[in-house]
Amino acid sequence: MTFKINGRDFSEQPAPGQCLRTFLRQLGHFGVKKGCDAGDCGACTVYVDGEPVHSCLVPAFRADGREVTTIEGLAKGNDLHPMQQAFLDAQGFQCGFCTAGMIMTAAALNQEQKADLGRALKGNLCRCTGYRAIEDAISGRRDTEDAKAGCGVGHNVPAPAGPDVVTGRARFTLDVAIDGLHHIKLARSPHAHARIRTIDKSAALAVPGVIAVLTHEDAPATLYSSARHETRETDPDDTRVLDDVVRFIGQRVAAVVATSEAAAEEACRKLVIDYDILPAVFDPEAAMQPGAPQIHDREPEARIHDPSRNLVAELHGATGDVAQGFVEADAIHEGTYFVPRVQHVHLETLCAIAWIDESGRLNVRSSTQVPFLTRLELAHVFGLPPDKVRVLCERVGGGFGAKQEMLTEDIATLAALKTGRPVKLELTREEQFTGATTRHPMKVNIKIGAKRDGTLTAMQMRVVSNTGAYGNHGMPVLEHACSESISVYRCANKKIDGYAVYTNTVPAGAFRGYGLPQTGFAVESAIDEVARMIGMDALEFRRRNVVRKGDPMIGLHKSPDDVIYGSYGLDQCLDLVQSALLRGDGDEPPAGWAVGEGTALTMIDTVPPGGHYSDTHIWLDADGSYAMTIGTAEFGNGTSTVHRQIAASVLNASPTAIAFKQSDTDHGGHDTGAYGSTGTVVAGRATQRAAEALRDKILDFAAAQSKADRARCKLAGDAVDCDGKAMPLSELYKLAKAFAVDVSAHGKSNGIPRSVAFNVQGFRVAVNMASGEVKILKSVQAADAGTVINPMQCRAQVEGGVAQALGAAMFEEVVIDDEGRVANPALRHYRIPAFADVPRTEVLFARTSDELGPFGAKSMSESPYNPVAPALANAIRAATGVRFFRLPLKPDRVHAGITAAG
Amino acid sequence: MDLNTITDIVRPSGRDELPAWRQGDAFVGGGTWLFSEPQNKLTRLIDLSTLGWEPLRVSDQGLEIAATCTIAQLDGLAAPPSWIAAPLIGQCCRAFLASFKIWNVATVGGNLCMSLPAGPMISLTTALDGDLRLWAPDGGERRIAVADFVKGPLSNELRPGEIVRAIHLPRAALTRRTAFRQISLQKFGRSAALIIGTRDASGAFVLTVTASTPQPYQFRFDAPPSADDLTSQIDATIAGNWYDDIHGLPAWRRAMTLHFAREIRDELGDAP
Repeated sequence: MTFKINGRDFSEQPAPGQCLRTFLRQLGHFGVKKGCDAGDCGACTVYVDGEPVHSCLVPAFRADGREVTTIEGLAKGNDLHPMQQAFLDAQGFQCGFCTAGMIMTAAALNQEQKADLGRALKGNLCRCTGYRAIEDAISGRRDTEDAKAGCGVGHNVPAPAGPDVVTGRARFTLDVAIDGLHHIKLARSPHAHARIRTIDKSAALAVPGVIAVLTHEDAPATLYSSARHETRETDPDDTRVLDDVVRFIGQRVAAVVATSEAAAEEACRKLVIDYDILPAVFDPEAAMQPGAPQIHDREPEARIHDPSRNLVAELHGATGDVAQGFVEADAIHEGTYFVPRVQHVHLETLCAIAWIDESGRLNVRSSTQVPFLTRLELAHVFGLPPDKVRVLCERVGGGFGAKQEMLTEDIATLAALKTGRPVKLELTREEQFTGATTRHPMKVNIKIGAKRDGTLTAMQMRVVSNTGAYGNHGMPVLEHACSESISVYRCANKKIDGYAVYTNTVPAGAFRGYGLPQTGFAVESAIDEVARMIGMDALEFRRRNVVRKGDPMIGLHKSPDDVIYGSYGLDQCLDLVQSALLRGDGDEPPAGWAVGEGTALTMIDTVPPGGHYSDTHIWLDADGSYAMTIGTAEFGNGTSTVHRQIAASVLNASPTAIAFKQSDTDHGGHDTGAYGSTGTVVAGRATQRAAEALRDKILDFAAAQSKADRARCKLAGDAVDCDGKAMPLSELYKLAKAFAVDVSAHGKSNGIPRSVAFNVQGFRVAVNMASGEVKILKSVQAADAGTVINPMQCRAQVEGGVAQALGAAMFEEVVIDDEGRVANPALRHYRIPAFADVPRTEVLFARTSDELGPFGAKSMSESPYNPVAPALANAIRAATGVRFFRLPLKPDRVHAGITAAG
Repeated sequence: MDLNTITDIVRPSGRDELPAWRQGDAFVGGGTWLFSEPQNKLTRLIDLSTLGWEPLRVSDQGLEIAATCTIAQLDGLAAPPSWIAAPLIGQCCRAFLASFKIWNVATVGGNLCMSLPAGPMISLTTALDGDLRLWAPDGGERRIAVADFVKGPLSNELRPGEIVRAIHLPRAALTRRTAFRQISLQKFGRSAALIIGTRDASGAFVLTVTASTPQPYQFRFDAPPSADDLTSQIDATIAGNWYDDIHGLPAWRRAMTLHFAREIRDELGDAP
């Protein structure tokens, strides 16, 4: 069949059931993305004869005789389409994976549609931005500044990848054409708990195109955890690449390698697997009871706390005497709160490509936040020397913690090693729900007492965390959950008990906030309730009880010695939110709806415990510009912008004069990874140190060469100002070369000590008492981020965090049915916020400067999520008089609560 | 998504070119549902878009909507001024969870054949007394009211090899006054209750309940009943058969249905 793509004639035949999306990618148009492959997310939007469509739903055969336009064809030559320029100017993206589809859609809107973006964009999902920046772009607002020398830290420098993102050129993990690429599909368990007796592969192997069927018999015996941490002993060794016991519905059982996805899928269906079905348990409380099915039977060296009780971890901490504290209290609130499973829904599903290069070395190109740790673990699991393994990522399409996990690289490695072929594994959106990770569902029993004068007398918390079938992140998430949510309050008597429990359900893992959103929902709801009981404004109650600079921070443990108050802005955050709510702006409530306000706070350590490492190498290039390699990955967090800003500030250069490559183990050094909000605070510090060392070298050399006073030499853009005389850096480079002087430098950081960051969220809501609908009239978040290196990006991180948290607060829930199966594994049944669901949030920054972070910066990527759900619940409580103990606060549940309360 | 079990495509340009129906066949209208989920039991697709049916035909008898008429085409209908029910078309199109881009591809017939509770074309055509013209594989035809066609989620009266050819909305229905209410768990989300009221010149009042129940329910009155009569009749008839899925708890769907029924009765209840 013949058709045009972006004006070019094609004569190609698609497979009969092929959709247009994969056909366009097969023909090299990698700007057409897969977010869901089901028509829900819009990332694959293209035009057919000028009409925007979701290309994943269009049969490829219908392109016959048509003209298709993709993002690659939107610009006219080098002239960007005005909508592409608008997305650049407003930086209407973070990870950029949804951007091509978003721009294609926005560029097709008429004026009427632009006036109602909530409706017009309901078919385009963005998980990063919270949509404000997208609205800015479509409205023609400019939020970025031009790059200028000396305008680094503190400026709205645009993301370096912007021009590639808006044109569809940005290369995400699978946006590469590789000759002879083979495809992996996974057969997954239909049983929640079973032992595999036999797998008959013969029919599968007979499918044309199939070259291997890999099972537990092919997998290494080495046990590991899919969770990646700097210290691998943090997580239990309870996982095999392919196991002979399956512990949840959706666990991978076999991997088929074939020349096409179609053949691999067909072979998966042809596998005959004989299971010995074992009893299963889905409820964590039941799983802890004597006689419950034991999910893991591992040796002590696997580091499972108590396999006989299905406990991956059990933590206890206390200070003072809570019994006495409750005796002293005038008011006590006790409640059992529950936060269910939610999924990250990064738009780029987990995926990896693995190949063995000419030197026999394994290469893995992956959608990961942790390339360096993945390399080490692949080497460990497969018994390879680390220098025989390379892991890299280019642009990553969202992460939120989900990619601090090794869930595709291990299978891809097994397949590459066994077949010697280049192989690709791409999870479907359904597999993201059934076979990846989620947030840990937590049941939190909280009891808080206070005196009438506003003094907290006791805090007691019991947490049961459901880690699912595997213990990845189970212990550290529980530990984090039991720390800052409590330690932010000064209280003489505290007691915390925490349990992380295996069940036969999809594993939980790392997710933005790392346990704090779950316990924060309970603690901040309870604080609000106690304040009501003693008749005190909740913000005032918090103000009296939060830690102040210098106070010990006591949660599960007394905070480790390496957590200090590098800066303190919680007081400012509380004031900022209070005054914003008092201002009374925001939307008017619909007539007859009940109105209420609510607030909540969070504290977070700026770096994960135990050391977090990063390396930056930086050097001067022959043309007088700079180049660097940084370890940390870019997945929409904006850290590559920040690294350029930091280097530009130190080197007094234009950010655009600093080229960089990142997240490739071949660059050398070590990087713990882009998790725990460390991309700026830890990795940025390494870049700052590297740039400072290079600056000193350059100035030393320039001073010596020019015979100028070293103290009167300074960098000035592309030259050194040697006491009034300019020495171009390109000149300096030549001289240095001639004298064999090294003009490169290295910077390192280790994440020790750590500081604390704060966020306070406020909402005013209106509730329709008849329907349970909640309308957010005003949303404000104050953030103590220390020095804000890029206000535009940092604001966007907060907005994105609020939006993602609102999804979890208002309607997201991965539902597990009675057999342990995920009941809603699709975006149309697991709704994430669309444009119309997210209110604009006023973002305010405390004025602080941290003594630890680069240029005084603190972390600000996870924590904006944390206070959102309790602030919303508290506002709904104020409006309705009903306390809600369970998320999400969907209209049907709010209605039920109002009805039950009479 | 790719439907990798498909081995054959048929694109007929007339009824005589329709192949004999066999197991593993699927008719493709827009394809927006078919291509949104794995279809491992299918081997052949028969494309209805090449049959060249005129999407919309306005006549004195009313409106004939071809099954292959896209949502965008229906939404763009320029209705005669006397069809005062016509705004219902736009309201129901906007009740789609899907965006305007899907409207460019998805078809009215496809939405009916999906027979999902939240299918807004089911709501529309049921409320406007639509009936379907079905093509049998033997060359015959039959007609069935939309209200009788939809049996429940993904279940309807379509026989193997049968095709929905068109939906007819009678002029009488299109000239009624209407009232529309819809709610979902999200703004612009999937309908959890979609309730339509109509009132004709003689005063007859019809309430159509969709989305909150597995299949449409209709309540017909010669004149608007009292609010209590209306809600008690709804409760008695539906008798706990409220739809239960992730998009809304049954108790809430019931409460919203009764709430909207009262509102619609008030809106249409004055002199006809």
